[in-house]
Order: sequence, then structure tokens, then C-alpha cells
Amino acid sequence: MSAAHHRYVSTDRRVREDRRFVVGKGHFVADIDLPNTKHVALVTCPHAAAHIKAIDKCAALAMPGVHYVLDGAELAGATLPLMTGLDTPNVPRRPLAFETARYSGEWVAAVVADTRALAEDAAEALEIDYEPLPYVLDAEKALERDSPLVHQAHGSNVLLDKTFAWGPVEKDFAAAPRKLKLRVKWGRSSTVPIETFGVVAAWDPWREMLDVYASIQMPRFADQIGIALKVPTTSVRVHYDVDVGGSYGVKRGIKHAILAGYLTRRLGFPVRLIEDRLENMRGGDAHGPERLFDVEVAFDDAGIVKSMKMRALENLGAYAGRSPFQLGKPIGAIVGPYKINSVEYRAIAVVTNKTTQDAVRGFGQAPTNLALERCIDEVANTLGLDPLEVRRRNFIRKDEFPYLIPSGTTYDSGDYHVVVDKVTAQNRYEELKKERDRLRSEGKLAGIGIAACLEPSGGNATFEALLNPAITTSTFMDSCRINVDGMGAITATMHTTSSGQGHETLVGTVIGEVLEVDPDTVRVTRPDSLNSLPSGTPVGSRMAIMLGGAAYHAAQKLKDKLTAIAAHDLGIPLAQAVYDRGTVSDRNLPQSKRSWADLVQIAYRNFHRMPAGMEPGLAVEHIYQVPTGGNLPTPDGRVHMYPCFSFEFHLLLVSIDPDLGQPEIVRYRLGHDCGTQINPKIVRGMTMGGIAHGIGAALYEEFAYSDEGQLVAQTFMDYLLPSSHEVPPVEIVDHETPSPHTVLGQKGTGESGYLGAPAAIANAINDAIRPLGISVNTLPIKIAKLGDLIASALEKVVR
Amino acid sequence: MRIELDINGEKRTVEADPRTTLLDCLRDNLGLKGAHAGCEHGVCGACTVLCDGVAVRSCLMFAPQAEGSAITTIEGLTPGPGELSVIQDAFCETHGMQCGYCTPAMIVAAHALLANNPQPTRDEIVEAISGNLCRCTGYAQIVEAISLAAERMRGVNRPREQR
Repeated sequence: MSAAHHRYVSTDRRVREDRRFVVGKGHFVADIDLPNTKHVALVTCPHAAAHIKAIDKCAALAMPGVHYVLDGAELAGATLPLMTGLDTPNVPRRPLAFETARYSGEWVAAVVADTRALAEDAAEALEIDYEPLPYVLDAEKALERDSPLVHQAHGSNVLLDKTFAWGPVEKDFAAAPRKLKLRVKWGRSSTVPIETFGVVAAWDPWREMLDVYASIQMPRFADQIGIALKVPTTSVRVHYDVDVGGSYGVKRGIKHAILAGYLTRRLGFPVRLIEDRLENMRGGDAHGPERLFDVEVAFDDAGIVKSMKMRALENLGAYAGRSPFQLGKPIGAIVGPYKINSVEYRAIAVVTNKTTQDAVRGFGQAPTNLALERCIDEVANTLGLDPLEVRRRNFIRKDEFPYLIPSGTTYDSGDYHVVVDKVTAQNRYEELKKERDRLRSEGKLAGIGIAACLEPSGGNATFEALLNPAITTSTFMDSCRINVDGMGAITATMHTTSSGQGHETLVGTVIGEVLEVDPDTVRVTRPDSLNSLPSGTPVGSRMAIMLGGAAYHAAQKLKDKLTAIAAHDLGIPLAQAVYDRGTVSDRNLPQSKRSWADLVQIAYRNFHRMPAGMEPGLAVEHIYQVPTGGNLPTPDGRVHMYPCFSFEFHLLLVSIDPDLGQPEIVRYRLGHDCGTQINPKIVRGMTMGGIAHGIGAALYEEFAYSDEGQLVAQTFMDYLLPSSHEVPPVEIVDHETPSPHTVLGQKGTGESGYLGAPAAIANAINDAIRPLGISVNTLPIKIAKLGDLIASALEKVVR
Repeated sequence: MRIELDINGEKRTVEADPRTTLLDCLRDNLGLKGAHAGCEHGVCGACTVLCDGVAVRSCLMFAPQAEGSAITTIEGLTPGPGELSVIQDAFCETHGMQCGYCTPAMIVAAHALLANNPQPTRDEIVEAISGNLCRCTGYAQIVEAISLAAERMRGVNRPREQR
């Protein structure tokens, strides 16, 4: 860690946000009580697909305290469909189903009442006449010619089908002596924050202002509300000082906000929609990728992987949110940390009669990493080579950075071999093998799991343009404004919500570092959307890089201004002025200086002492474009994406009781390199949380459906989140390879742990059961499924 | 109906429907927003409060059922304006949280543990918080916070050499 070069960055400092949370004084959306607020409950479709023939509202409207029942026809007539990234005009997505409901749990009507309980009572009294329709749940079946169509007008269930070939794929395949095919499936899971989504909306018809308080992590939230409700964005005021109770990607909430925004405009009082867990799991922004991979790799006898063909089939659910793009983001790290020369990638996204999926931590990268890492293990297995050795042979070497991968992205920096060396130092890998063999000799099934992967970070989301050429966005920015007030105190702003990432601490630390002042003296505030500068929001593991970069440059501007004022007042050339902890002195005459208070006095009250042409006051701002950004795809389908690439290397040991099929993680070591760590406590927490989330995706979590199209995992009784019992102690070994593209050498860490844990666990389980002649390539690897698989294999062995 | 409650050592009277959960009563009738709704079916533990010193889920209890019991919420465990308890401070020291949504309940659970077990093992801490789901942290820094709090509480009012 480079704390030695820094005053505050990388040092073990507390996270300023924590103080309000430990006393229960967070400011969550459900804590907001506006006077005269009415409450919304949702009515959902019980069928996998159905025509909505009639809605009888009479009984519900007659109940006490009930104000309104909104249906999809009224809402569709008054608002525009949600923005999507693809040009699929015949697949409109709306907050409430209009004419046809396309998944069990889809919102069909909204009831508004004095309390949430009364709204729920009335929701049950609504009589809806449905005509069930044919439905399709499976992505492969949705591709078939005779499949029911989820959206008749679209003419097929395919929303995206693009094939890319980067480099001489066929030539490399023809030349390679060995090939291997693998089918890998990532099950439908998600991030499932403990706080559901919530929104409070209040319309003031005299000011023409829609105030929105929401539990969001959503780019262009105010824009999308304004477009859908057909009001100017200057009439939409999103309050960013709302604490978000976890998100990790999913808290998009746009349909909720449009619904609540419409209702408050229609009814004239504030409206609040806080999902209950059922609404959240069935029809909120709750689901994540469900992806089937067919991968083929071409390699030689030494285990060097020359080329890869990957087909990824995504089951989007009934509508397209941002989800098809989750097939695009992994293109920026499609070869992982390996020197694979050429890649063919076919990305297919289909609609089915399941809940719509939304963005999840890593934006599609973790499933792709699973497919790639399973392949690397099978390459080693085929050749009888050690899987760690095969990875070492394929890794990009430190001296090969910056490294251009076939799909057009240039990796910034890394030292993968050294990270692996640190994790396996003191013979640890050999010791782990011995421990595995000892467990095996005791009758357990035991296996070692390895995964090495990258975390693209910084959020240069040019995959949008790659998948949809109509998109020409090449600017991804974030901003910071700093004001030193007339008393000399510093206030900085950030312009989005946070869901636990510690952004206020980030801004304070970076500004403190640059200005050489105690970060705790820097107040950090969040103006509302009308008073904000641009922010790309905390997606794409970007805030340390982007908000940190904006804060850094803003602070530099302030420092430059203070230095210029002092040099002018001291009558010395600018180059002769030295800034030190808020005081500027003459390099040649150190006792000749201007203190912070002197400079504030000049800037605020003594314009006659200011340099000519300089604005009075001490306010600066910086809008920061993403490093290495600004480009669009080339005609042959290549594009540079994210600026920075963090590296993680998982090494773990799993023991399985063959009678139960329950995997237990016995040892877990992680090597992690995210460049300079601005706050080590935050980095560690994010990484541990990512591993826990990855354990869930690998072993426990799945939005499972019955054959009838009913979601059967819709509570925490059936959708199993890892508790403290399921997450083992993890030893994290840090390494630091600074990024050359960022202000402090930092990279992203918001998705760390999660990107490799599922692959490592799947590899460990496969290592454990390989002696039985079986393998498992579908996540989650649930205990019952694994137990049955082992039992039937053991039966064959006995026979 | 009229419900008489003992909340954080104070007698409080509220008018509420008999079906009002203790959680909704605390949040909506009494303005105590520190207990949070997560699942409302008794699994996530975000609504945890102390009922006669025992950690319970306030979403699974009707407010009238709390009559006659001493209810303690996170607000009652906070020493005073701007002040933190030893456990709260330990959570800040280890950064045993991220989004803060499960945090008050996690601290209530930790309080219940440490009130009865001043020197818990790692397994005992893990067991004590196993009914409180956290989606952010992977629990490591929470376990460390409770362990640190236990260590500090054992040291309170004892000569240094005996700690």
C-alpha cells in the first residue's frame, strides 16, 4: 500500500457515513414523512401470460380510506414507455401491464389509500378478468420457431443477436492441436438488497415541481422521469440526500418513479410506494442475469489457449431494461487475464415470460468469468496439468502492459504472476493440496477451486454503441464542486445517491489529500438534481476513479487559485510560490507567506488585492471525463471500453459430505489488486461483501420458476441469502499495481470478490467430484441437486 | 385501539389498529425509524429490537403483544445526542457496515449477545448475528466489531493491568 506517499489516502481512516447508521439515523426513503402522503399497493398478475380483459374497481374503491385505483390503460395513455437501450419499439416496457401481462407477478394495477395496510386490503378486492395465454420460460425454447411470442408485435422473441469475430479465430482453431467444448449455465440470481425499492413523489402544481425521493442507483433518473411523464426535466427534482439501503446495481426504480410521479400529479397529494418483499421479488427490479454459455476453446499441449468461441444466450425475462447490455460489458474483458489471440462472440438476448431482469453487480461480467474460468480448469484437466500452472502460462505478463485484447480494449496495468505468488507463498498451494488429500482420505469429497479474473472499472460504457450503433454516447463523466466559504470552511458536493460505497468519505479524503487539510473538516453535501453537475452515478465500478478524479481536479484548481492569489499578493512569480497545508510562502523567503485565513480574506473581501481578471470568492468545479474515453466502435466491431482493470485471484478448498451434498468452504484466500486503495476499510468490506454475494450465486440463490411459470422463490424462505454461517473467514492478500490513467493510481473495487467467487467455488466442487466421473456446470449448485448427483454417481461406482 | 407501551424506558400511549405490527408502530406511530423493514416475514432481522432484553423481530409481533414488556430500540441504546455506545463506536472502528440498513438491528443483536456473554468466541458471535442478514459486508467486519466491542467493554473501569 502506498500510504507512505500520502497523508490521508490509503491510511486506516474511519468512514464518515458510519456514524449516522450505527444510531439508526440514516435517511432512507421509508423514513421520509411528507404531510398528507398516501400509500400505494400493487396488484399483480397471477398468470405467466394473460390478456387483461376487464378490471372491476368498484369494490376496491368503496373501501374505507381508498382514494384511487390506477390501471395500465390509463397510465399508458398518459405516459411514454420506459427508455431502453435497444431499438425495439414493439417491446414497450411500462410500469403497469397494458392489455397483456407477460409474467407472473407483473404489476397490473396500483391502489392508493390512506395507509399501506388499507391499500393492501383494497388490492385484494380488485376483480380482474384474465384470459391466460401461452407462455415460454426457457431461453432456448423461446428461440424455437413455434414458440409462443412474448410480444406478438415484435414478431420473434429475439431482441439481440450479434456475432463478433476479433482476430483470426478460424485460423487459430485450425492450427490448434486440441479443442474443448463446455456448456455452462449461470442461474437467475441477483443482488437482493435488504431494503426493497421505495419512492416518494410529491407534485406542486403551482411551482410545477415534482419532488422525488427514491432509493435509486440509476443513471439519468430525472431525465427518464421527465420524458415518461412528459414534463420538462427542470420540473423534476430528485433528492440525492437519500441513503440507499443496498443496491449493487439493481435499484433502478424508474417504473416505480413514473408510477408514483403520475399518481401524485393526478391526485394532488404526495404518494409513496415502498415495495414489500413480495412485490420486490416478483415484479420489482429484482432479477439478474440468467445466461447459458456454449464455449469452445482451442489450445495446445502446453495448455496455452489460442482462441475461444463463446455463445451467450441471455434470458431477459419479459421486457428489456438495461439487461441486454449486460452481454456487452464483458466484451471489454472477454479474454480475462489471459493472452487469448482471437475470439468469436455471439450474444443473443431473448424475452421470456419471467420477471424482467436489471443491472447486477459487474453488469454481466461474473457469469462470463464463470464460463471462461470453467474452461481454463477443463483445459488443465484434459491435459493432466495443474490448473494453477495453466493459468500462469496464459497470464499476460507485467511487462506486456498496456495490453490490447482482441476486442479492442487496452488493459492498463497488472502483475498477475506476483499476486498469485503472494497468495501461494510459503508453499501454501502444496499445503492446500495436502489438506484436500487428507479430507479425501477421511471419506470426504474435497476439491481446490481457483479463479483468476478482472474487474473492468471506470465505466466507459461504449458497449452500448457496440450493441446498438444508434447510440453515440462517448462521454461518461462525474463532477465535484468545492466552495471555501467566507469563514474559510470547505464544502464539497457530489451529485448522486450512494448505497453504502462511502462516497462522502471518498470525496473528503481526496480533497484533504490534495489541499493537505484534515479530510474530516471537509463537509460533503449532495445537492438535488436541479442543483447538480453531471454524474454518471455509481455504476460500472467507477466512483473511486470518476468521483475521486473529479474531486482531485477540483481541489487542484482551488489550490492553484489560492497559490495564484498569494503569489500576486506577495509580489512574487507564481513559480516561486509554495503551497503547504493551506499556507502559501515565498520559496526564496519562507517567512514571507499568506495563511489560509489571509487568502480567504483577500478572495472574499479584498478584491483590490486579487490578480487581474480573477473571479472573487473561492468556488471551483470540475467535470471529469472518463480516462481513455471519447471513442466509438470501429466498423469491424472493436472498441476500447473501461480505463482500469483490477485483478483478483481466488484460491479455496471445499469439503463435501458425500451423504448430504453440502459443500463447506474450509479455506479461502484471495489475492486482490485494485491499485491504490483510497480507504482500505471500504475496499476490504466491498471485497468481502462481493465474496459473500458470490457464494450465494454459486450455492444458494435462484429465482426458480415452476413449469407453470410461477416464481417459487419469492421470499427469503426460498431465495436463500448467505447468513453469517455461510460466509467463511477469508484471508485477503493485497497487492497494488497503480493505474497509469487515474489521479492516485486507483482502480475500481465495487464488484470485487463477486466476479470470481462463483467460478472458484464451481471449480472447487468440480475438483471434488471429478473422481466420481461427474461434473456440474449449472449455478447455483444447490445442496439437494449436488447430493442427488453424488448419490447416483456413487451408486454406479458400487455397481 | 389504545396501546400502552414501555419504549426505551418511557411509557408511551398510541392509538393504532390491533393488526399494527410492533415495527410499524415504532416507525409510524412513535417516530422511531431505526428499526427497518426488510422482508416482513421474520427472516432478515432488519427490524430487530429488544423485548425484555431478548432480540426479537418487531415485524412478527403485533404492537398490542408488546404491552407489559420493556421494548428497547436502537434509539434506546444510543447514549445521547452525538454520542456513540461502545458497540456503536466499534462498528465505526472496523467499518462493520456499508449501506447501514441492517446496521441498527445488527447492533441490537450484538447488544443482546454481549449483555449475557462478555467474552464471546467467533462462533458465538456468528451464531448471535445469524438471524440478521447483511448483503453488503460478508459479515467479517461485523464480527470484528462485536469482538472489539467485547474487548473494550471488558476493559471498562478496570485497571489496565487487569484488562
